[in-house]
Amino acid sequence: MADNFPEIIDTRGLRFAIDDGFSWIVANYGDMFERLLMPLLKLLGGMETFLQWLPWYVTIAAIAALTYSASRSLKATGGAVLMLVFIGALGLWNDAMATIALMLAATVVAVVVGIPLGVAMARWDGLRSLALPLLDIMQTLPIFVYLIPFVMLFGPGKIPAILATVFFAIPPVIRLTDLGIRQVDGEVVEAITAFGATPRQKLFKVQIPLALPTIMAGINQTTMMALSMVVIASMIGAGGLGYQVLQGIQRLEVSRGLIAGIAIVFLAVIFDRIAQSYGRRAQKHLASGE
Amino acid sequence: MIASDVKIQVDKVYKIFGNRPDDALAELRAGAQKAEVLQKTGCIVGLNDIDFSIRRGETFVIMGLSGSGKSTLIRHFNRLIEPTAGRILVDGRNIMEMNAKELLAFRRNGISMVFQRFGLLPHQTVLENAICGPILQGVNRREAVALGMEQLELVGLKGFENRFPRQLSGGMQQRVGLARALATQADVLLMDEAFSALDPLIKSDMQEQLKDIQARLKKTIIFITHDLDEALHLGDRIAILKDGELRQVGTGEDILFRPADDYVERFVRKVDLSRAMVAHEAFEKIPVLTEMEATSERSSALLREHPGVIVTNGTASCLLARGASGSAMPVASVDAGAAIGHCFPLLAAEDAILVTEDGAATGMLTREMAFKALARSARVA
Repeated sequence: MADNFPEIIDTRGLRFAIDDGFSWIVANYGDMFERLLMPLLKLLGGMETFLQWLPWYVTIAAIAALTYSASRSLKATGGAVLMLVFIGALGLWNDAMATIALMLAATVVAVVVGIPLGVAMARWDGLRSLALPLLDIMQTLPIFVYLIPFVMLFGPGKIPAILATVFFAIPPVIRLTDLGIRQVDGEVVEAITAFGATPRQKLFKVQIPLALPTIMAGINQTTMMALSMVVIASMIGAGGLGYQVLQGIQRLEVSRGLIAGIAIVFLAVIFDRIAQSYGRRAQKHLASGE
Repeated sequence: MIASDVKIQVDKVYKIFGNRPDDALAELRAGAQKAEVLQKTGCIVGLNDIDFSIRRGETFVIMGLSGSGKSTLIRHFNRLIEPTAGRILVDGRNIMEMNAKELLAFRRNGISMVFQRFGLLPHQTVLENAICGPILQGVNRREAVALGMEQLELVGLKGFENRFPRQLSGGMQQRVGLARALATQADVLLMDEAFSALDPLIKSDMQEQLKDIQARLKKTIIFITHDLDEALHLGDRIAILKDGELRQVGTGEDILFRPADDYVERFVRKVDLSRAMVAHEAFEKIPVLTEMEATSERSSALLREHPGVIVTNGTASCLLARGASGSAMPVASVDAGAAIGHCFPLLAAEDAILVTEDGAATGMLTREMAFKALARSARVA
């Protein structure tokens, strides 16, 4: 056997310090954090209740209308309807609605927080050089690692689930907003500056509209990543389709896991279609100026 | 030059790119060269002690090759780029001392700009682009639209107002750029290589259009170009810039026939003189008589002293040239501002042609006169 790496630092002390520190935060500020995040829980709960209250045919009609308005393709719309009917027929309708609610709530939060952050990054190089490595870490850190502090802070439930999902899903929308705004033709921005636009006018009249296709691509990726988190989020109490998969694993029921898995894939396909078509239309609008 | 004639005064402007602008500035003022400054401080000298004035209502061309600093210089007039040192006075007011609010107002009302690659908003219609200046000024929408439509009509784009920029050709896009700049009704118009990205034919159309517009509106135009023919054609005065330094400021004639140094001389050597020289510099003024006055005694008396006599009946003018037999003949005419080269085909067909100033015939041009004028200037160049 090779020599073990010599133990230079005793990590126990360090680890205890971190753990104790964290426990102290939980004990003293846990309630405050929870109260702070109540609106988030209300948003998620409200969405879930609403989607499950809505009759299934209304939901299907609404999603079909959304798909058609984005893609203008009967084939894609028919596909979406078929997949939703399939999910319902398998008895997974309420679980699917819970999953959609989590995904939408997480996406909305990610977009509302992420776009201003991306804009700020595009404007200040200092912030950008600080944020880029952070985003890299967020995207490479195994998801379970940051599940732990969230669960400790809030206990198992919907709040840590949605927070973890937002954390996991937010980097693309930040990155692509920053990229999109940086890629806007410098001469166009210069021109509008020369005519006396304020920084705010520049942002809303030129930079954001011109970066929109790229920002839409970011929102699309964020949506997909939020959906991919549902299985893991179900472990800490998010419910929905992910919970079915989790039960399938725990009870070694291949069928339950497989069917719920297929339902997740279908949702992913539907929402990917919608988001991508919107992105393409934004792009086309810019290219041909229709 | 009378002080009130000065619209813009550029006062010892320096622009240094790099991390140690103050050191670089000190070096420059102590007489160091560009290369030394780069070596000692790592800074690049963009503009070095630029000092000149622009008159109200003139078209002032700043000319130089790429890297000469001309695009940097033009961006100082509306502070898209801030100078390292120096002042720029517009109507006697130092624009470097303006605070953010004053600068916005100045950019909205006092100065407008046309860009090399147009800089139009691709997601907005031609009309929306044209009215973006007035809208930023806070003019109400109906008035802004009226202003925008007027300018679009002026540049010949009526009927295209609901198209999008990408649906138009390059020349048409630049007309939108011009309409946008004119719609603000600012006195000063900056044109940064405005026609350089266009095809040669479209480019000369646009040059003519700009001259027409300028004759009517009398703006103060600062025009950047790397094309000497364009500079000579458009500019009342021309500044030649090299490596961030001003080499010469003067009229086209000064630059062509009295170049300040070797660089300018080399620059102008390739100019096609037949295009650069206008009929005004070659023609000869001759007496004008009405038909009543043009008796044969009086004409022949005048012809002893002048090469010809113009006989006019109020609407049309005829030329009675010395040595020609019979009565006055109708001949072709050109404007005094036309290039000599344009007169060649006419001179090939006829011995002499009339030259008009402000629409009225005042002189004549013969092959010999055109040739002599070209020979005079060729000796210098």
